[in-house]
This record gives sequence, structure tokens and C-alpha cells, in this order.
Amino acid sequence: MSDDPLQASAARTRGQPLFALVLVAVAAGLAVSFPWQVSHAEGRVLVAQPGFWPGVSVAGMLVFGLLHWRMLPRKRLHRMDGTEARVWAAALEYAAWFLCYVLVVPVIGYLLATVGFLAALTWRLGYRSPGMLAMSVALGIGIVVLFKAGLSVKIPGGMIYEVLPGPLRSFFILNF
Amino acid sequence: MELLLSGLEVLARWDVVAALLVGSVGGVLIGAVPGVGPAVAIAILLPATFSLDPIVGLTVLLGIYGSSMYGGAIPAILINTPGTAVNALTTYDGYPMTARGEARRALSLAYSASFFGGIFSVICLILFAPVLARIAPMFGSREIFLAALLGIILVVVAHRGQTLIAAALASFGIFLNTVGLEPVEYTRRYTFDQSWLSSGIDLIVVVLGLFALSQAFLLMTDIDEKTRMTKLRGGLFQGFRELARHPRLASVSASCGVVMGMIPGVGEFTAQFLSYTYAQKTSKRPGDFGHGSSEGLIASETANNAVPAAAMVPLLALGIPGEALTAMMLSVFYVHNVVPGPGLFLYQMDFVVALYLALLILNVLVIVFLLVSTRQLIKVVNVPNRFLGAAILVLSFVGVYSLRNSATDCILAAAFGLIGFVLKRLKLPVVPIILGMVLGNIMEVKLRSSMNRVDTLWDLIERPIAMVLFGMIVAVLALHLVNVWGDWRMRAARRKDIRERPERFGGWMFRRRARLERDRERQMRARTATHARPWSHRLGE
Repeated sequence: MSDDPLQASAARTRGQPLFALVLVAVAAGLAVSFPWQVSHAEGRVLVAQPGFWPGVSVAGMLVFGLLHWRMLPRKRLHRMDGTEARVWAAALEYAAWFLCYVLVVPVIGYLLATVGFLAALTWRLGYRSPGMLAMSVALGIGIVVLFKAGLSVKIPGGMIYEVLPGPLRSFFILNF
Repeated sequence: MELLLSGLEVLARWDVVAALLVGSVGGVLIGAVPGVGPAVAIAILLPATFSLDPIVGLTVLLGIYGSSMYGGAIPAILINTPGTAVNALTTYDGYPMTARGEARRALSLAYSASFFGGIFSVICLILFAPVLARIAPMFGSREIFLAALLGIILVVVAHRGQTLIAAALASFGIFLNTVGLEPVEYTRRYTFDQSWLSSGIDLIVVVLGLFALSQAFLLMTDIDEKTRMTKLRGGLFQGFRELARHPRLASVSASCGVVMGMIPGVGEFTAQFLSYTYAQKTSKRPGDFGHGSSEGLIASETANNAVPAAAMVPLLALGIPGEALTAMMLSVFYVHNVVPGPGLFLYQMDFVVALYLALLILNVLVIVFLLVSTRQLIKVVNVPNRFLGAAILVLSFVGVYSLRNSATDCILAAAFGLIGFVLKRLKLPVVPIILGMVLGNIMEVKLRSSMNRVDTLWDLIERPIAMVLFGMIVAVLALHLVNVWGDWRMRAARRKDIRERPERFGGWMFRRRARLERDRERQMRARTATHARPWSHRLGE
């Protein structure tokens, strides 16, 4: 398991009340929308109703979330929760990088997008040496060759390949 | 014997051999790089294995699962950083041995203990397979529902100190599984009139987000760690001789791994904890534990490597995964219409034996690879963390996008990546979400199908195995409540102790002295003021 229950006691306190309150708020929102989001089936027992398992799970989120918040050493929000939230927000930048990469692949093709993305992200992360940039380019090419050409995973060819002549176009669409 | 031969026949293909090699070498490499881990690698490779034969795909994934812990011991011993989470205990005794110049001995001992644990568990399970084949068909819908319920309760209870949030997150996982069209009436559940939610939330998307993308975000927002590597000289065979001097410890630790591995939700950590405690209690030098004890190293490494083979038992025999990695493997079965459960043991026993034999061969391949290439392998430990994060981001794209070529899946995966990032930052568990999704689905399907024969609650538990499972659920909950009560009493006693401690009296004395000093100062100031302006008194008179 990736989670280590033996290290549970080492949990960070900064941001805990904020997370617990967000979880409870989401669960409360889901509980309020329950009547509109599930339907009732006539003639079926309670446990076979379409809403049984959503109901159980939302109730579980709400009750256990509230109990978790209640048992926290610090329940009220503090300035340091805001500091932690800013660290969470820092990850949004890399989520945006990932989504840009997703949008670019169908346009310029898997090979160009991967090599360009890895090189740009390597630069952004502060690795400016030619060695690291060359490594990022080599890694990009390696990943594309392994997955697209080697394992034939389903990634569509880029629109850019349409400008290539016939045989070359199908070669690029199939392998890169 | 016949079964063994038919199992070998299943494995005697070039693609299975290649999968064994890729899985074993890849697993060791992944394990040796701190910050990646088998969960990330399996999540990324999962969709790529869908196009392969089930035995080939599962061999690659099993290879990564089984061999990553071997690799994880390398940074744990050499730089005090566990390669995978389960190697954390290895740092206790492995690194102190390196610090006193015994890195080679520590590595050699870790390899040989891991090898013994791996082989011991596979042999146990091959011998145990006929018994399982007899027991597994006794599990009907009711029993599987109860076993899944027991599994989810164990997963929650295993997160001691975080039980409430683990329960809330497991409920979140069950909720995620219910989103979309209900399978019988085809009514919508929590789709908020969004067409992209009608088909539900794919397990792979959630797995990739929570494990791979979150890890990438975590690495990229962190700083690179500077590592100083110890140079290795000489052979690595001495560990086998040293291990042979502790046959009882090695056998007990491996048995702990086998038993704990079979129980859903328990896994490597409990196995290690039990075997380490046993080793310390029975050792002639218990004081050495945590300071470079060879027995401590043997206990932790043997126990954790005995788990992967055992963890396949609930998955193969009942179709119930006990942890995140086997939950991911379950999706490989489903994609190929191979239904793990009692039927697999009845009709495809050769497939089950082939998987166990693959694990056996894998352990041999890994130990040979490690003995030959450790000196070169330690270089991968130095890959910069943030660069590794960028690589994981690109690899995660392959996993998510190749599922349905859907940008929506990628957006969802990124959202789950952010949730996983927050959970990892707060050191909260991620696994209950995945197991909630998988076991929630099993519970829903099995409870519905058992409803035809169930009128009252008693009907649900009247059969012997169902009764035993129900008894286990009650016992686990009762034991947990006893533990919670014990913890609460201990905390209350500690609070009382703090209230009545002499420090409180000291604090009171300090405050009293400060108050007296303040009063004295005020009096002095007033007296000084009176002496400085004698005429004012006269004026007042």
C-alpha cells in the first residue's frame, strides 16, 4: 500500500481543518441534492433501490467527515491554513501544463508535443543545462517510441501530419 | 504435478518471458527511484496492458509489484530514503549499517531476505492452492458481499489514528462508483444533467489521478534532494550465508507476510510491524534494533516481500482486492472477460498456477539482476526529483488519454491529481478511495443478486461461511472499539497528567512572582514620584 498507517501520527496539522470543512461542505451539498439526483423504483426493496448506495456513501462522507473534523486538535481556521492552501494552489500550475499538453497532442502530434512539452517543462523547473535539456528530449522520444510504435497504445495522429506526403503521413500517424 | 506442468505450459511463450524480464527489471528500477513506487508505475502501464493477453499483462504488473520492494531497499539502505513506502522500516537498520561502513553487507542481507520471503510465500501458496480451490466455490453472492464488506472495514480500521477520515474517503470512493447510470433501471445517479457523467467515472482515471498525477505535482512543487552515495566494493553473496544462520526468524517473518497478505486491507505494514516486533522480542541483542541490527533488516525485508503473492489470494479466489495494486490488476481481468473468483479456481486452475510460477521465476530473475548490476543501478537514485515529476506527468498522459482519447478524462484525472496532492500533503490515506470504488461496486452487485434468496437479515448470514464472515466483521468492529476506548482513556490520562504536573505549579509560581514584582514596581514608582515633588503634597494640604 502507498499509505503507511504506521506513520499516521505524523500527519501535518496545517490545512487539516480546511480540508475537513471542504469535505463536509461537499458531502452536505451532495446530501441536499440527493432527492433530485436519484430516482425511486417502485416495487423494489430498500437495498435494491437506485439511491441506496449513493445514500449510504453520502451519509458516510458526511458523518465520518464531521466526526473527523470534530476530533481534530484544531477545529477553527487559522492563517496557516491559508498558507497551506497557497501550496495546494501552486499545483494548479502543473495541472494547467498537463491540460495544455493534452490539447496540443491532437494538433501537432504525439512526438512533437511530447518532446516540446518535456523540454519546456524541464526549462520551467529550473534545469537549464544542455545535458538536462538533451535528456528531456531523449526521454520524450523514448516514451513516444515505446508506447506508440512499440506497444501501439491508442493515441491519434496529429492534424499536422495531414500536410505530409502519402506514405510518410501514414508512417507518422501509425508510429508517432 | 499435472497442474504445475500445465502452468509452465501457459508461461512457455516468448511474450510471457519478455513480460517477466520487463516486469522484473522495470520493477527494480522503479523501486530504486525514491518518489515513484509501484502504484504510480502500475497506474501508468495499466491501459497499455489492456491490448496484451491477460497472462502477459498480469505478468508485467505482477513483476513490477513483486520486484519494486527489492529495488526500494537500495536507497533505503544507502541514503536513508525508502524507494517505496514499504521499505521505510528497512531504513531503521539498513542505513545505520551503511553509516558504519557495512553497506555491502546490508544490501546483500536485504536481497537474500527479500528473495527468501518471495520464494517462501509462492511455495506456500502453490501448496495451498488445492485447499483454496475447494473452499472458493463455497462463496456465493452473500459470502462475497460480506467478504467485500469485511475488506472495506479492514482497510478503514488498518489506518489507525486516521480511521474516521479513512472511512469518509472510503465512502467517497463508494460514491464515485455510483455516479452515472444505474445498471438495472438505467436511471441517472448524481449526473447533474451532464452527459459526460452518464457513463460514470472510470476507475483508471481516478487511479492515475490519485497515484500518478498527484505524485508528479508533489515532486514538481518540492525541491531536489541532494544525495551522497556510498561506493560499493566486493560481492553481494554473503547475505545468503548470514540469512542461513537465522532460519527461525526468516520463516516466522515470511509466514507473517503470507498471513497478513491474504487479509484484505492489512498488507505489508502490519506484516513488517509484527515480524519486526517478534524479531526484537526474541533477539539476544534487542538493543541493536534501530541501530543496524541484521535481524531487524531480515525481519522487515522478508515480511514485505512475502506479501505480493499472498495478496493475490483474495483477488484470485474471491475477486476481492485487498489493496490498491491488486485493485488495479482487477481491471485487467475485467477488460479480458476473465472473472476472478471461485470460477477461476474451478475452471482455470492452470492460469492461477501459471501466475504463481511467474512470481517464482520473477524472484529468481530479480535476484540475479540485482547481484549482477547493483553497482550500476545505484546511479538511478540520483535522478532529480522534479525532473522525475515531469516524466511522470508525460507518462500519465499515455495512461489516461489512451483509454478513450477523451480530453474530459484528462481533466477529471487532473482534478483527482489535485485531490491526491492535497491528501498526500496532509499525509491522509489515498487507498480507501480506490478500494471504496472497487469494493463498493462488488458490494452493490452482490447484494442485489443475493436479494432473490434473502427475505430477512438472518437469511443473509445463515450459511456457515457467511456466518463466519459476519462473526469476523463483528469481531473486527468490537476489537476496533476496544482499541479506540483504550486510546481515549490513554489520552484522557495524559491530559490529566499534564493538568496536575509540577510544571503547572511552576507556571503559577512564575506568574505570582511577576505579579508581585509588578506591584512592587508600581509602589516604588509612586514613592519616587512623591519624593520628587514634595511641594505637591504641601499643595494638597
